[in-house]
Amino acid sequence: MVIPHLDPQAPRGADREIMRASTVDLVADTGRAAAGRRTMAWLAGGLIAAATVAGGWLAPPDEVQGQAQRLMYLHVPAAWVAYAAFAVVLTASGAYLIGGDLRWDRFARAGAEIGAALTAVAIATGSLWGKLVWGAWWAWDPRLVSTVLLLLAYAGYLALRRSLAERTGARDGGDHRVARPAAVVGMASFLLVPVVHFSVVWWRSLHQQATVLAPQRPPIDPRMAVALLLAVAAATLAALCVLLYRVVRLERWLTPDTAPDRVPVRVG
Amino acid sequence: MIRRRRGRTAVVAVLLAAGALLVTSALRETLTYYRTPGEVLGDPDATSERVRLGGDVVPGSLRRTGDLLVFRLAEDGHEITVEQRGVPPETFREGEGAVVEGTLSPDRVFRSDHVVVRHGNEYRPSTAPPGSVDAR
Repeated sequence: MVIPHLDPQAPRGADREIMRASTVDLVADTGRAAAGRRTMAWLAGGLIAAATVAGGWLAPPDEVQGQAQRLMYLHVPAAWVAYAAFAVVLTASGAYLIGGDLRWDRFARAGAEIGAALTAVAIATGSLWGKLVWGAWWAWDPRLVSTVLLLLAYAGYLALRRSLAERTGARDGGDHRVARPAAVVGMASFLLVPVVHFSVVWWRSLHQQATVLAPQRPPIDPRMAVALLLAVAAATLAALCVLLYRVVRLERWLTPDTAPDRVPVRVG
Repeated sequence: MIRRRRGRTAVVAVLLAAGALLVTSALRETLTYYRTPGEVLGDPDATSERVRLGGDVVPGSLRRTGDLLVFRLAEDGHEITVEQRGVPPETFREGEGAVVEGTLSPDRVFRSDHVVVRHGNEYRPSTAPPGSVDAR
């Protein structure tokens, strides 16, 4: 797999080409980077196809839950990416506060956008799964309520960014007046992620406990486990592709044709 | 300017505190989504309020008469007989977990009108569909 090189201090232009002979800066607006991104997108597509076949047909239906259990192959990857995207917000915000490079701020914004969408997907698929297996679309259960709080945290973070940008007249993703408060709020909000994940352990819940991320793994059919891991890998890689694509788009929007050594390339 | 900022900080702090208070009071019921049979039987006020009761459906205790469903819920050695009015979800069966909503009658029978199934985190393949040869 191509390792995304995310160092914002990397030198520009020709120097970079020499120094980065072995690695590819996947968020650069160059032909090589676009090719790297395209390769990643194809890989993600292949994984999605494999996960669809494995989860849709190869894995057997569950003994108790029947075919409804297949929703797991959508629900768990969505929830996983929702967590991981907040980890991106946390690390990118931290890196921005330490180094002051606005590229990290753009990573935080893109991560939050992806996380908000995937949290909504996790809630929607979970609601359907709950209707089919529990017999209820919604329950006032710690896991469900904390997940909605996570969605609110994502939405609040993005709303803060936009309102700061509108008030200061700055561009969201290219200004310290937006980036600094957003980084603080983004890092603080990450505290919700462990609350969501451990809500089923800390409190009595209708939601079942974790299977794959459990300390002592409860029994799961190996075909189901493979389908689930494939689905999680596919979702992770696909989300990473969207993240890189989004950051490139944001940078293109923020710096209109200032760098002379940069040739616009199709985002792949 | 400094005074304005201090005022704003105070407003934000008050809003945050009010929000936290609201959330914790609202979450009190959420944080214990259901009570166990032992807790409900041991609570003298249990007959006067609507509660959620959770446990495993005792195998062999399930009876259906019309749209009335009678079964026992057990957890930690305590059991309560439940009279459920209304159709349960399809996944409802003996040996699986369930959470019912209703009140405990003075005769120690729990009358509920809402039941959800609580399933575990173990996943096993369903037994082979009819027609295919079972290897065992």
